[in-house]
Amino acid sequence: MTKEDNQRKVVIPGEVIVKGDNYLPGDGTEKRGEEIVSIKYGLSEEQNRLIKVIPLSGIYHPRRGNVVIGKVENLTFNGWVIDIGAPEGAFLSLMEVPKYVNKDGLDEVMDFGDMVIAKIWSINKRGIDLSIKSRGLGKIDEGIIVKVNPNKVPRVIGKEGSMVKLIKDETGCNITVGQNGLIWIKGDKIEDELFAKKSILFVTEKSYISGLTEEVKKWFEKEKK
Amino acid sequence: MTKEFKRPDGRKVDELRKMSAKVGVVPNADGSAMFSFGDTIAIAAVYGPKKMHPQHKQNPEKGTLRCNYNMISFSVNDRIRPGMSRRSMEISEISKWALEPVLMIDNYPNMVVDVHINILQANASTRCAGINAACLALAHAGISMKNMVSSVSIGKLDKQLVVDVDKKEEDWEEGEGATDIPITMTSDDKITHLQLDGKITNKQLKDAIELARKACKEIYEVQKKALKESLGEEK
Amino acid sequence: MDKVQKTSNMTGERIKEYLSNGKRFDGRNLEQFRELIIEPGISKNAEGSARVKLGKTEVLVGVKMNTSEPYPDSPNKGNLMVTTELLPLSSPRFEAGPPKIESIELGRLIDRAIRESKLIELDKLCIKEGEKVWTVFIDIYSINDDGNLLDAAGIGAIAALKNAKIPKYDEKNETVLYEESSGKNIPLSKDIPVSITAHKIGENIIIDSTREEEDISETRVTIGSSNGIVSSMQKGNSKELSIKEMEHILDLVEKVEKEISLKINKSIK
Repeated sequence: MTKEDNQRKVVIPGEVIVKGDNYLPGDGTEKRGEEIVSIKYGLSEEQNRLIKVIPLSGIYHPRRGNVVIGKVENLTFNGWVIDIGAPEGAFLSLMEVPKYVNKDGLDEVMDFGDMVIAKIWSINKRGIDLSIKSRGLGKIDEGIIVKVNPNKVPRVIGKEGSMVKLIKDETGCNITVGQNGLIWIKGDKIEDELFAKKSILFVTEKSYISGLTEEVKKWFEKEKK
Repeated sequence: MTKEFKRPDGRKVDELRKMSAKVGVVPNADGSAMFSFGDTIAIAAVYGPKKMHPQHKQNPEKGTLRCNYNMISFSVNDRIRPGMSRRSMEISEISKWALEPVLMIDNYPNMVVDVHINILQANASTRCAGINAACLALAHAGISMKNMVSSVSIGKLDKQLVVDVDKKEEDWEEGEGATDIPITMTSDDKITHLQLDGKITNKQLKDAIELARKACKEIYEVQKKALKESLGEEK
Repeated sequence: MDKVQKTSNMTGERIKEYLSNGKRFDGRNLEQFRELIIEPGISKNAEGSARVKLGKTEVLVGVKMNTSEPYPDSPNKGNLMVTTELLPLSSPRFEAGPPKIESIELGRLIDRAIRESKLIELDKLCIKEGEKVWTVFIDIYSINDDGNLLDAAGIGAIAALKNAKIPKYDEKNETVLYEESSGKNIPLSKDIPVSITAHKIGENIIIDSTREEEDISETRVTIGSSNGIVSSMQKGNSKELSIKEMEHILDLVEKVEKEISLKINKSIK
């Protein structure tokens, strides 16, 4: 075991990440004999002997607990079908709305083409179930939506939310980052929203540089001049 | 292989044309790539995995891979009429068979992965360039794969085996003429695609497969570099 | 799958609100093109070719030539044929299969802009009157669709034509020798017809629309013109335009058309 093995590195499908019996295969990997092999293109990472590969591109893979932003695609007799950019359909049931909704009045709450911030509370064979019962969730009417690659969401959020906080502070906008790569920006002025959007796109473009927060701070200083 | 054999473009018998590869060439796609052997340029884009429509085509046990290979009209000297030909339909299916063994398609029940391959410029070996681009695009799309695949055409010109056939070689007429053998292999040396047009002895065909194995290693390195560099550039 | 792709209600409303304030989501003003990159000569087997990028929109255009019989009503004129393929590779909304109306219309619009402006001097493409003339094929392929494929295709078609060299024709054997160039350009008139498409969104007129903007556009007008002379035009989509709006579009197009044709000329030595 060398030092390098602890570091993140880019791996491709079929590439051996580590050898030896004392490792466990995590997401994006499999064990072949003594080797842990990547089955994805992404960054390999080791944590307590568990090896996993974080994908760097491709579509959104939903997980329980994710906050996502989606668009109402269809209305059924007991809820809404929401497009969250995942291959499986996502469903928001009447029961998961924080207030009483008359079954005939679904469209008054949310209609075709409306946007909603929701949380994934269950993933099963039938599909994804959403809820808007917690705070900060629900239909959105104002602001703009920015679409980024879902794999870059962690960088937009930053360590413990540091990046998104920085952007909020610098632009004065309210920002909600959906794990599916849709980001909601709401500011007082159009200029503020565009500025926040520009900064988010800067973050995603530079997402692989180290010391990104410092770079973004510098970027803000330059832009504000 | 004792006598010096002269290839039309002066390459050594086991020398590939200059290769290049790049991922992310189609921003709209979930994964995409370009791959070229000399003047043969292929691009591929992957959409999915996504729900299969119509529903009755869904397979609850595993996902479906669809390939769609085509050449653009001005990729060759004699303009190709736009649209699918019998040839492009067959190559689409061949490409699918070449790629499917490494895809962990069981992970995507009821879903479909679409791979679109377009040949922008042709100087022979287009299906091989297409498969190489498609494999890169699939990896770039984050699809689970056991391995990569690499594809190359081995030619027999008169009696001589050569690697990575170009158009002049494909049209070779001297002696025994040309035999074209496109082969695709996984990075752990398994064959996923093999075709042959022409005449060759059993023994020489075995040599051809060994030549392909070595060439695929070189192609694999180019593919690997393209995937790794797509992030390195931004580092 | 139309409904899946459509822009959300909120985005639609906000695009309109932004436009009313003279702004667009990507920071442009209403009359501004995205960054335009023209790369001529990108294909070795075409007589002429170009790659055009408009922001994230990308098209490839190739010119191929072959000989054929002239049409009976124009025995001494070459032929022109324009086709477009909206590749499934370039967008999740394009499907494989026979061409749809969108791609047919695109090809026809480019065809008319070139034909009606008399850009190609077709009478100079006659080999033997009544028997043999050149046919110029212009083939357009979408590589990535982020809106305004139409204008990108039109720019690409002109760049590819200007880039083209006529292949050598072997009169004795009546064959085209594609490997050998005659060294001659396709005879083109000096004025190049640029197609510009304007969209009406809410109460505003914009040019070079993105995919998102096109999705909520209610009306579009495509104008092929050269130095203020209009030679082809088409209004698309089911919504009316006032005369005043039409006049505004004409003035706007005249202004932009000059910038674009300068850029095309600059890209080709």
